[in-house]
Amino acid sequence: MIEFNSSTSTYGRAFWVGLLNTLLVAGLGIIIATILGFIIGIGRLSRNWLVARTCAGYVETIRNIPLLLQLLFWYNAVLKALPDTRESYTLPLHTFLNNRGFVLPKPIGQRGEGLLWLLILAGLIGGIIFRFWAKRRQEATGQQAPVFLAGAAMLIVPAAIYILLIGLPYTFDLPQRGRFNLTGGLEVGPEFVALLFGLSVYTAAFIAEVVRAGILAVSRGQTEAAYAVGLRPGIALRLIVLPQAMRVIIPPLTSQYLNLTKNSSLAVAIGYPDLVQIFTGTVLNQTGQAVEVVSITMAVYLTISLTTSLAMNIYNNRIALVER
Amino acid sequence: MTMSEGDLAVAEIHFVQPKLIEGRAAPAAMTGTLGWLRQNLISTPFNMVLTVIIALFLLWIIPDLIRFLFIDAVWTGADRDACLASVQHRPIGACWPFVWDRLAYFTYGSYPISERWRVDVFFVMLAIGVVWLLWLEAPKHEYSPVYFFVVLPVCSFILLHGFAAIGLPVVDTVLWGGVLVTIVVASVGIVCSLPIGIMLALGRRSHMPTVKLFSVIFIEFVRGVPLVTVLFMASVMLPLFVPDAYSPDKLLRALIGIALFASAYMAEVVRAGMQAIPKGQFEGAMGVGLGYWQMMRLIILPQALKITIPNIVNTYIGLFKDTTLVFIVGLFDLLHTMEVSRIDPKWATPVTSTTGYAVAAIFYLFFCYSMSRYARATELRLAKGDRR
Repeated sequence: MIEFNSSTSTYGRAFWVGLLNTLLVAGLGIIIATILGFIIGIGRLSRNWLVARTCAGYVETIRNIPLLLQLLFWYNAVLKALPDTRESYTLPLHTFLNNRGFVLPKPIGQRGEGLLWLLILAGLIGGIIFRFWAKRRQEATGQQAPVFLAGAAMLIVPAAIYILLIGLPYTFDLPQRGRFNLTGGLEVGPEFVALLFGLSVYTAAFIAEVVRAGILAVSRGQTEAAYAVGLRPGIALRLIVLPQAMRVIIPPLTSQYLNLTKNSSLAVAIGYPDLVQIFTGTVLNQTGQAVEVVSITMAVYLTISLTTSLAMNIYNNRIALVER
Repeated sequence: MTMSEGDLAVAEIHFVQPKLIEGRAAPAAMTGTLGWLRQNLISTPFNMVLTVIIALFLLWIIPDLIRFLFIDAVWTGADRDACLASVQHRPIGACWPFVWDRLAYFTYGSYPISERWRVDVFFVMLAIGVVWLLWLEAPKHEYSPVYFFVVLPVCSFILLHGFAAIGLPVVDTVLWGGVLVTIVVASVGIVCSLPIGIMLALGRRSHMPTVKLFSVIFIEFVRGVPLVTVLFMASVMLPLFVPDAYSPDKLLRALIGIALFASAYMAEVVRAGMQAIPKGQFEGAMGVGLGYWQMMRLIILPQALKITIPNIVNTYIGLFKDTTLVFIVGLFDLLHTMEVSRIDPKWATPVTSTTGYAVAAIFYLFFCYSMSRYARATELRLAKGDRR
């Protein structure tokens, strides 16, 4: 991320580095935990006995072991126990795994990189406009338009044509295995991998429970009624069951996201340079300004939490069941 | 003339079978093990694929786990040589002698060996309190809260910290460690968070603006920040606010931090319970002339707490797991003693860390899972009472 040196950088810079690192691990963690959590939550309701039992076992085990213990386990017992750089495991796509973390090919932007992103952005905007237009037309005339296909085409086709005609505006710096070391490539430290992995696995167990409760909260009659009026299963799920389940799922899901963000402060135990580790650790030790440093750290987390819960309340009021 | 039902029964209708036909057995493929397999594992092609993937995954994980924990494990030995693959010339699993050797340290930390019986007595007293409180048919069950919330804390403090006047030498809290610290932190959190949480919940629903504002700010503030920062605040900022002579020691600071943190979460749980009480209960209580405190103590709280028992226990599970964070402010809880022991040169081997973490994981898993089972059982018991 940002260049940072604990002896020459300013404390302000330390603060921003810490904040960015916290947001990075929290953002990625939220994405992975959501995907994993939805798969496991739905899996737990599966009619396949083996799948349901395995998912239940996952949830019960992971939920009942402290996160700190899990982080220390991934960091000290798994990642630190990997072989050193000379004997790295070689994974597909020029990726290496060793006790200094993952080494990935590093993309280097060439001329025309900006244009490619511009094309993708234009496709995204076009897709959103098309969706609005299609919805309008459906409400006016009842005719449906292939929104998903058209949107995907707008997003992918221009970029694909660009790459085919002009070529990919990226070259990759592949990690090279030298005699003693790996050179080049993008190194992702074991602290980051352990923290991201631990947070995602832990939060996924909680999200799975939230998802399960949400789906169970939609009564079976809703599905049956949807079939009775002639909706196909996929459409019934998308238009009838999911919107009602999301009403139950989203508030606790947000609080799980906030928990994940707050739990990322456990980075301090394994040395990932997040806000608490850099700011409340290094800066506090160097300056001794305990009151200021701890207050600023708390203010940051408080801002994140309060903003999220405010947005949540607005959203909640919008989708809440209107009772007469 | 219409035929009555009796006439119908005696009338001979040739197309109706007069005798009851013996029921045929269900097809073999639909019953027994085979039918169960068919319905639960291989009902559709997609299910078949899932079953195969999961089965392969489990076959990959479970044998390795069993081999590590039991088959390849080392059971006896004096030091690290027993657990080194290069010395033993065989694959090495868990290093159990390390755990046996360090068991006392994991349990008591550096508590003086001659005084460790006091910790044992504390564990026994705590176990009695827990069983008495949770076992509903226990003799004199109505006195158990008094024992658990009043007698036990006082006795434990005298016992563990020491009281020179009655011949128990004072043991500095710096020496406390292991399971003792974990249990002490968890119990103090559990015992303190309920009353403080109830007061905060009452405050948040109060009509007095100052009280309400204070409660709302406290609850939202504490719930908005990570426990780590609360502990940092308690350990670096608390000493700045009190005179040096009264500066609390490290353990007490962490206890204050944990208790405040748990109270804010407990307040929200209790508030949710109070919101579920119908308005008629409040109005009825006021109607028979009860004051605010009488109404809360006799009518509202007993009902509100009863329906929130599962949520309260869930908060306690979270609290129990959160006790591991005192590690970060330098207290020697179970996880910290494990961290120190696993890098001790006498036992440090490639498998020591994993063994240590496995033991800690089993410890937390046992307590948290028991608590969640209790919450589930209570939920079922309460649901039974509501059924008409």
